[in-house]
Amino acid sequence: MPRNMDIKKVMVIGSGPIVIGQAAEFDYAGTQACRSLKEEGIEVCLVNSNPATIMTDKQIADEVYIEPLTIDVLKEIIIKEKPDSILPTLGGQAGLNLGMELAESGFLEEQGVRLIGTTAETIFKAEDRQAFKDTMEKIGEPCAPSQVVHSVEEGIKFTNTIGYPVVLRPAFTLGGSGGGIAHHEQELVDILTNGLRLSRVGEVLVERCIAGWKEIEYEVMRDAMGNCITVCNMENIDPVGVHTGDSIVVAPSQTLGDKEYQMLRSSAVNIINELKITGGCNVQYALNPDSFEYCVIEVNPRVSRSSALASKATGYPIAKVTAKIALGYTLDEIKNAITRKTYASFEPMLDYCVVKIPRLPFDKFITAKRTLSTQMKATGEVMSICDNFEGALMKAIRSLEQHVDCLQSYDFSKLSDPELGAQLRVIDDRRIWVIAEAIRRGFSYEKIHAATMIDCWFIDKIAILVEMEKRLQAEELTPELLREAKRIEFPDSVIARLSGKTEKEVFDMRKANGITAVFRMVDTCAAEFEAQTPYYYSVFGSENEAKETHPEKKVLVLGSGPIRIGQGIEFDFCSVHCTWAFAREGWETVIVNNNPETVSTDFDIADKLYFEPLTAEDVEAIVEVEKPDGAVVQFGGQTAIKLTEALMKMGVPILGTKAEDVDAAEDRELFDRILEQTKIPRAAGGTVYTAEEAREVANRLGYPVLVRPSYVLGGQGMRIAFNDAEIEEFIGIINRIAQDHPILVDKYLEGKEIEVDAVCDGTDILIPGIMQHIERTGIHSGDSISVYPAHSISDKVKDTIVEYTKRLAKALHVVGMINIQFIAMGDDVYVIEVNPRSSRTVPYISKVTGIPIVDLATKVIIGNTIRGLGYEPGLAPAADYVAIKMPVFSFEKLRGAEISLGPEMKSTGECLGIAKTFNEALYKAFLGAGVQLPKYKQMIMTVKDTDKPEAVGVAKRFAALGYKIYATRSTAKYLQEHGVDALRVNKITQESPNVMDLILGHKIDLVIDTPTQGNGDKTRDGFLIRRNAIETGVYCITAMDTANALALSLETAGGKLTPVDIATVKNV
Amino acid sequence: MRAFLILEDGTVFSGQSIGSEREVISEIVFNTSMTGYLEVLTDPSYAGQAVVMTYPLIGNYGVTPDMESARPWPDGYIVRELSRNYSNFRATGSIQDFLLKYDIPGVAGIDTRTLTKLLREKGTMNGMITTDENYDLDAILPRLAEYRPTGVVMRTTCKEKKVLKGSGKKVALLDLGAKDNIARSLNQRGCEVTIYPADTKADEILGTNPDGIMLSNGPGDPKECTEIISELKKLADSNVPIFAICLGHQLMALANGADTHKMKYGHRGGNHPVKDLSTGRVYISSQNHGYVVDTDKLDKNVAVPAFVNVNDGTNEGLSYVGKNIFTVQFHPEACPGPQDSAYLFDKFIAMMGGRADA
Repeated sequence: MPRNMDIKKVMVIGSGPIVIGQAAEFDYAGTQACRSLKEEGIEVCLVNSNPATIMTDKQIADEVYIEPLTIDVLKEIIIKEKPDSILPTLGGQAGLNLGMELAESGFLEEQGVRLIGTTAETIFKAEDRQAFKDTMEKIGEPCAPSQVVHSVEEGIKFTNTIGYPVVLRPAFTLGGSGGGIAHHEQELVDILTNGLRLSRVGEVLVERCIAGWKEIEYEVMRDAMGNCITVCNMENIDPVGVHTGDSIVVAPSQTLGDKEYQMLRSSAVNIINELKITGGCNVQYALNPDSFEYCVIEVNPRVSRSSALASKATGYPIAKVTAKIALGYTLDEIKNAITRKTYASFEPMLDYCVVKIPRLPFDKFITAKRTLSTQMKATGEVMSICDNFEGALMKAIRSLEQHVDCLQSYDFSKLSDPELGAQLRVIDDRRIWVIAEAIRRGFSYEKIHAATMIDCWFIDKIAILVEMEKRLQAEELTPELLREAKRIEFPDSVIARLSGKTEKEVFDMRKANGITAVFRMVDTCAAEFEAQTPYYYSVFGSENEAKETHPEKKVLVLGSGPIRIGQGIEFDFCSVHCTWAFAREGWETVIVNNNPETVSTDFDIADKLYFEPLTAEDVEAIVEVEKPDGAVVQFGGQTAIKLTEALMKMGVPILGTKAEDVDAAEDRELFDRILEQTKIPRAAGGTVYTAEEAREVANRLGYPVLVRPSYVLGGQGMRIAFNDAEIEEFIGIINRIAQDHPILVDKYLEGKEIEVDAVCDGTDILIPGIMQHIERTGIHSGDSISVYPAHSISDKVKDTIVEYTKRLAKALHVVGMINIQFIAMGDDVYVIEVNPRSSRTVPYISKVTGIPIVDLATKVIIGNTIRGLGYEPGLAPAADYVAIKMPVFSFEKLRGAEISLGPEMKSTGECLGIAKTFNEALYKAFLGAGVQLPKYKQMIMTVKDTDKPEAVGVAKRFAALGYKIYATRSTAKYLQEHGVDALRVNKITQESPNVMDLILGHKIDLVIDTPTQGNGDKTRDGFLIRRNAIETGVYCITAMDTANALALSLETAGGKLTPVDIATVKNV
Repeated sequence: MRAFLILEDGTVFSGQSIGSEREVISEIVFNTSMTGYLEVLTDPSYAGQAVVMTYPLIGNYGVTPDMESARPWPDGYIVRELSRNYSNFRATGSIQDFLLKYDIPGVAGIDTRTLTKLLREKGTMNGMITTDENYDLDAILPRLAEYRPTGVVMRTTCKEKKVLKGSGKKVALLDLGAKDNIARSLNQRGCEVTIYPADTKADEILGTNPDGIMLSNGPGDPKECTEIISELKKLADSNVPIFAICLGHQLMALANGADTHKMKYGHRGGNHPVKDLSTGRVYISSQNHGYVVDTDKLDKNVAVPAFVNVNDGTNEGLSYVGKNIFTVQFHPEACPGPQDSAYLFDKFIAMMGGRADA
């Protein structure tokens, strides 16, 4: 069927801020879909509140609204833009829910707008638990016995009929948020109470627990004619019980025979046909490992994280094909973009093995519960490809960038055998390391399987890796042994460590024996047809397929690896834009990355894509084949920066700012020298290695002091210490991982925090805009509300900042990007830190100023000048509207995580509020972050002593807004004494009714809790209040500045919001 | 032990011997299925060929009851990696032991992707699997060039007729090297299936007054089967409904004046899209064929294309004009592969005037 010509203008809804369970994969899907629609001449109107995405670029869509994703805002935009269709299946659960609500309200019909891709009826059948169950029953597809419940009592009653354990799944939530497994009634009550609260419709599915069964997923495509294909299937190594987003996943399935494979495939095809889904869809199964019995776990009638993974694993562009199907095309009319010979109506055949490992944030949240269950906790993931499973696993492990490079990286050797046996039953992110240790101890496969329910085939593969460790330790390193170790992807560094050789010796031995990585193509068809798309992965012991190219100029762009807190999607935005800019300048572009969720690993972004770990050895193999004329590292976050030295050793010129200048910004002594030279003040401080040295420096400077490791991103390990004990604690945490670089201890200065991104061509600088944080210093810039243009600093301060930026950029010989954070205390300006690279704020500031910073920086790197590119150096004129970036957190997903904000970054994403006035922008920003207040107009305040004077002002504002204010003893007393009508409430440890009862009463809008310093103690009142607030869905604020901002936003709420088309924003 | 795969063009791959250590010359073909290695091994259509599995990890779930005939048929088996351990609740042994038991030589550790690309570029080639380290290329290459798989249908067909009891339609299945799931698919739909050896005369079959005749898949060059073709002519004239798969489809086409030719490297795998020309619907099919029907020499008054391959436009099925005969190149019986076209068995039963569940 040719395309439906009635479709002329399509609105695409994005997924909003990055949160756990809804991450970069939707930027990838949305971007691919928008490009696919535009290719068909369709006008695309995009709505997404997330400014860090590529999809919100004006070159991706015709109209771009970075607006809060609420029904009211969407209605405004629909009325203004008059699209004829809405494509809701590419924006994750958030986009799908919005599309549903718009359709259900009758608004779309009223406006003559239709949902394309999938109908509201289909979405309902797949998403509504009861409707889904009924549909599955109708076509004879088995589901685990289950019931939708609306109350705890109902849940207990039903569970008593099917028996414990049961799985709880709240309806319409993200990443299984609020779900879990209950083994007894108390657990059931706890999880259910929370789940009912988190579900949009107050529904939770209670289901027979099939934990331990194999978890298998199918990615299915269907067109409107009913043609169906499965793109791929995937097997979770972690059996049912761990969210698929937190599981190690392999594609294709490894332990299924054709009977099982086809049984589930036919089931998936039946389901998608019955639901009449058009486009991509994901079906998850539980398969009894000892029979053909299976259950359908769930169906996602949309593009998902798994479909992003399947797309990258197979080369089949699911989002692109979904968009084409939405326009009316059938699968046999859509060309396979990889082979360009075959069509989308075929099933990819892999001749390799793909392993995905989740990137979990327990290095950030050291107090968080490390165990994994049905609620997703991963912030990102890595994928690797190899022609054997062991190799794919090894490559994925070292792609994680979590100080792991083999199965010895977590040490469980101190555990006794019984302890190890018990540890095997703990399901957390270190389980494969525990299994490896169990194998070293000689535990039988059966015993390991009984404890973990992981299939023996995978256990055997782990055993093969352990055996290789032993051989490398025990035997002489012969070329044969080396060849075998490399076949299963032991990195040179690990081989050297185990065999007692140097890395150089291992490397030389490889060279001498011709043991080198070669590159193969991901071709969708197991070499049956010739493929055109240079999408490569490495193996040992095969033929090189990477086409030799000798363009005039070739650049290597290093990506940023897995999404983690501190290094998010912003860096993918920068990598992609850098690549496009090089391409426009006539360079051949080569991208290296290992993140399957991102736009940068889409096979048509760069001229060549290498899906590989970002380690020196892996990159070197690529360099040997590609021989690039240079590499850019300033756009890929810390991941890329860390490779600078290695690249130089390989003889690859670093384009832009030189490595030694990058060092100068990170190295305390060198940097101090530069500050002296340039006469720029900073907080006094020193460098230390031990706690003792740190205490000494701290006492010399006077508390409080800022403690942080160098060469990190997102303020990892950064804390404010108020006393010697805290110094001890923080240094201990930092030194859990061996530090190559010293630790910095600085005097903590309290003031306004200012941030600047600038482009420097070696002579001139261009500052697109100055951003000011709402929160004063002490809270990480990524967790602060950031305002452009800076709203409350004097012209003198602005001038100083411009001047300092100029001096620093020049002193550091920056060519390309520089990011600087300042403190303003009165008219005095201090520098906090300088990063001679791209930063988190680059996408945001590019969009709101209309200055394509990455593009400019790239051109500058190639040798253009700012003036030559048509820009006036200095600070660009400020825009005539206000754009506010709001951090978004995923604390509710991480049980036990400390939520109070400080110098270490904790947010997972961000959203934007843009408007003509500061207040409207602020209101939009809160709205976009999901803060839709007021509801019950009741709040709790409990603040530390030093915050009490300020708390009075805050309380008065909220009281004026009609809020009833509860406060704990001392806060209440202080507020009452200062004219606030606060109600005293008992602390958690005191008798009921206390704070906890209030929170669990579900009638509280807001908790303002500013923590006393030192956040190690999990039993303290404040910690418990904050956790309970978050876990019951209550908005929680831990800084007075944020509280004032919220009050301001609520004071001005109620007016009509005016959507701003960011594509029309021009720099004045 | 080391083993070598020597190709007709002189290319030599080396790996480890798996299964039998005897030397064998065969036609080398590749299959792209990611699961179903056991069904592939026991598919009689591979008689006279050695199979390369493009999926690199083979043997993961061991040997299960999923056999398409009583024994493996390929002359040789070529894989990247044979799993040292297998895991499945139905597994009774390893593929290594299975190959040994049936004396099938194989080689593991081969760069199967490079080998596949070679077969794709140069077309299907003959080759030798040997464990002789001192092989003499000059002596071997001429032998490889002259090898032709012949007589494979008679090698694989059943020796005497067999009956699968059923209460529904009576189907005569001519076993040209049939996969068991053809008879099973019909039997599961209630049919009584009588399986005949390939050299059974048409008169004998027609003499039993079957409700329908099923022509199976099978190995080799269809044009070699001249005697069978002449019997098929008689069956075609009988007006008994006929459904044919793969080799059966090719032989019926030859019996009706069409031609067949050998494809460059054939279709072997479980992902081939075929389009039903009457509805425009596309199905993902299981395929295993090296020859294909030339529809351009087919009289439009005799038969018309019913299915076409979406990838390369080759014929995938014929509908015979004015007759109760339809034939497909692909494998609705799957095993291995997608079950999407199993509805064709229902169609066949409807042609015989019955219902699938009768």
